[in-house]
Amino acid sequence: MSVFRPFAPWLISLAVLLLLPAVTGGSAVSVINVIAIHIVFALSYNMLLGQGGMLSFGHAAFFGLGSYAAIHAMNAIGDAAYAGEGFWAHFPVFLLPLVGFAGGALVALVVGWPFCRRAGTAFAMITLGLGELVATGTQMFPSVFGGETGVFSNRMVGPVWFGLELAQPADVYWFMAFWVFAAVLAMWAFTRTPLGRMSNAVRDNPDRTQFIGYPPRNVRFLVFIASGGMAGLAGGMAAVNYEIVTPESLSLVASGLALVMAAVGGLGIFYGPIVGAVVVTLMNSLLSDFTDASVLYVGIVFLAVVMFAPSGLAGGLEQIRQAWHRAELARKWPGWLVGAAAVIAWILALVLTVELVYLIRHGDDKLAQALGLELNAASPLAWGTVVILLAVGYGLWRVTAKHREANA
Amino acid sequence: MLETIVFSTLNGILYGLLLFMLSSGLTLIFSMMGVLNFAHASFYMLGAYFAYALGLHIGFWPALFLAPCLVAVIGAVVERYGLRRVHASGHVAELLFTFGLAYVIDELVHLFWGSIPVSYVPPDYMQNALFTLFGTDYSIYRGVTMMIAVFMFAALWFLLKKTRVGMMIRAALTHGDMVGHLGHNVPRLFMGVFGFGCALAGLAGVIGGPLLNTEPGMAQTLGPIVFVVVVVGGMGSLIGAFYASLLIGLLQTFFVAFDASIADLLGVIGISVDPYGEVTGITLASLAPMTPFILLVLILIFRPCGLMGELEP
Repeated sequence: MSVFRPFAPWLISLAVLLLLPAVTGGSAVSVINVIAIHIVFALSYNMLLGQGGMLSFGHAAFFGLGSYAAIHAMNAIGDAAYAGEGFWAHFPVFLLPLVGFAGGALVALVVGWPFCRRAGTAFAMITLGLGELVATGTQMFPSVFGGETGVFSNRMVGPVWFGLELAQPADVYWFMAFWVFAAVLAMWAFTRTPLGRMSNAVRDNPDRTQFIGYPPRNVRFLVFIASGGMAGLAGGMAAVNYEIVTPESLSLVASGLALVMAAVGGLGIFYGPIVGAVVVTLMNSLLSDFTDASVLYVGIVFLAVVMFAPSGLAGGLEQIRQAWHRAELARKWPGWLVGAAAVIAWILALVLTVELVYLIRHGDDKLAQALGLELNAASPLAWGTVVILLAVGYGLWRVTAKHREANA
Repeated sequence: MLETIVFSTLNGILYGLLLFMLSSGLTLIFSMMGVLNFAHASFYMLGAYFAYALGLHIGFWPALFLAPCLVAVIGAVVERYGLRRVHASGHVAELLFTFGLAYVIDELVHLFWGSIPVSYVPPDYMQNALFTLFGTDYSIYRGVTMMIAVFMFAALWFLLKKTRVGMMIRAALTHGDMVGHLGHNVPRLFMGVFGFGCALAGLAGVIGGPLLNTEPGMAQTLGPIVFVVVVVGGMGSLIGAFYASLLIGLLQTFFVAFDASIADLLGVIGISVDPYGEVTGITLASLAPMTPFILLVLILIFRPCGLMGELEP
C-alpha cells in the first residue's frame, strides 16, 4: 500500500480524465476543454506567485504570445501539408502546445532579466507595464496579430496522431486530457527539483539565499522562464481549441483571470490553482447563462477569499483532510456545517440584493426569469427576505463560532 | 503648426494635471502604508459617476463638491473594514485585495449605470469659448478645470507643509511607530489619508469625466497609466509624480497631435523608406497609447528608482 501511496493522486486523476467523457454529456466537453486550458494557465501563474513570491499582472502576455506562436505554426502546417513538403508538413497539430511553450519561454527569456531584480510591488508594476505594452503593441502589427479580429486557422491539417482528427470537441478532449496531465505532472515535478525548492527559499527569504550563494535574481529569472513557457503551453492548447487567437487573449483581463483562479483556489497548495480554475471557469460559463452579473459574483468570491480565507478553497479542503487524519472530523463537522449554512444564507442575501438592484436599474432580471420567480423590487417582502437571510446568517455564525472555538 | 503646439501644450498640461490629481493620492497612500492601491482609478470612475448621478438632482456645482466627499467616505470605509483586515497578511494580500476591489467596483458601475457611456456634461454656458486662438475655441470648462486643479495643488501643498495634520502625516510617512508612541492615533490617520487620496481621485473623476468620457471602461484605461506615473516619478515622491504626470500628459498629447509616421521622421534625417510598410508606416498617433509603458520600461532599466525617488521600489 505504502509503495503506491505517492502515485494515488495521479492514478485517480488519470481515471477521472479517462471516465469524464463517459460520465458527462457531449455538450459539457467544450467547457471541460476550457477548464483544461485554465488549469495549466493558473498553475503556471502559481509557479510565480505561490512558489516564487512574484506577483505578476502581465502573465497573459506569455499565454497570448504562446497562443499566437501556435496558431501561426498551425497555419504553417496547413500550408506545408497542402504543398506536401517542408518541415511543417511532418509536424502534427497534436504537438502544437510545445510550440506555444517555446514561444512563451522565449519571450520570458528575452524580456525577463531586468524584471527579476526585485519581487513584490516592483515586479507587479513592471509586469503590469509589460502586459499593457504587449496588449497595445498588438494593434500596431496587424499582419502578425490580425488586428481586432485576430488570427484564424484550421486544426484539421497535417499528420494525424493517435487517430485524433480533432474534428469534434470530443476528439479535442483527448488532446486536452493528454496535455493537461503532462503539464500538471511536469509542473509538480518542477516543484521537487532543486530549482523549485530554491524558488520557495527566494520567496521566503531572498537575503539569506543570496548569502548562501544563490543569487535570488538568477533563481527568479529561471522560474520566470519556466512559468512563461508553461503559460505559453496553455496558450498553445487554447489555439488548438478555439482555432482563433485574438488580442484579448493577452489583455489585462486575461492576466487578471489567472490571478483570480490561482488565488481563489489557494496559492500555498500545489493543487489549489486546479481547484480555482475548475470553480472560476464553471462560474464564468454557467452563471452567464442565468444572470448578467456573473463577473460581479466572481469578483465578490475573489474578494471574500482574499479577506476571509487567504489559503483559498484548497486550504479548506486541506483542513478537512487533516482533521480526518487526526480523527477529529467527528468533533468538528457540526461546527463547520453550521458555519457553511451561515455562509450560504449570506450568499443568498447577496445574490437577492444584486438581482433586485438589477431589476430596478434595468427593468428585468435574467435569474428570476430562469428560476420562474416573480420578483417585485418595490415590495417590502423582497427586501424583508434579504434582511431575514442576513440575520439568520449572523445568528448561525454566532452560535457556531463558540462551538468551533471550543472544538478547535 | 504654432496652433497645434499651443493647443497641445494646453491640453497636455490639463491632462497631466488630471493625472497628478490621481497619482498624488496614490503616492501618498503608497508612501504611508506601503500599499499600491490598485482600485485607485476605480475611485476616480466612482467620482465621475457620482457627480453625474447627483448632478441630475442637485445641479452641477453642488455635485462637484459632494461627489468627492462621498468617494472619500467610501474610501475610508474600505480602509477601515477591508484593507486593515488584510494588512496582517502582508503586502501581496493587500495588492490582491485592492485588485479584487477594482474588479467589484467596475462591475457595480456596470450594474448601476449600464455598459454604455452616460452623458455627463457640464452646463451649457461652460461650453462657450473662454478665448479664441488661431480660430479655435478654448472652452470655459477647460479653463475652470485647470483652475480647480491648480487650486487643489495649492491646497494640498498647504495642508502637507503648513498645518499640524500635514506635519503628522509627514512624520508618519517615515516614523510611523514613533508618531504612534507620541500618542497620535496612527491607524485613524491612515484611514484619513486613504479617504483623502480617494477624494482626490474622485475629484479628478468629477472634472475629468466630461473631458474623457464617463463610461465603465474609464478606470481600466487610466489605471495603468497612473501606476506608470507613480513608478516613473519615483515611488512615494510627490514632486516626482508631478513631473512625471506633466511629462506623460504632454508626451501623449503631442504624439496624438503630430500625425507623422516613422518613415516621415526618417525622411527628415535623409533616409528614405517605404512610407506604407508595416513598421515604417506606424504613425506617432498610434504610438501614443504605448508611450507611458515604453517610458516605464526605459526608466526601470536605466533609473530603477524613478525620476525623483530615493529608493528602488
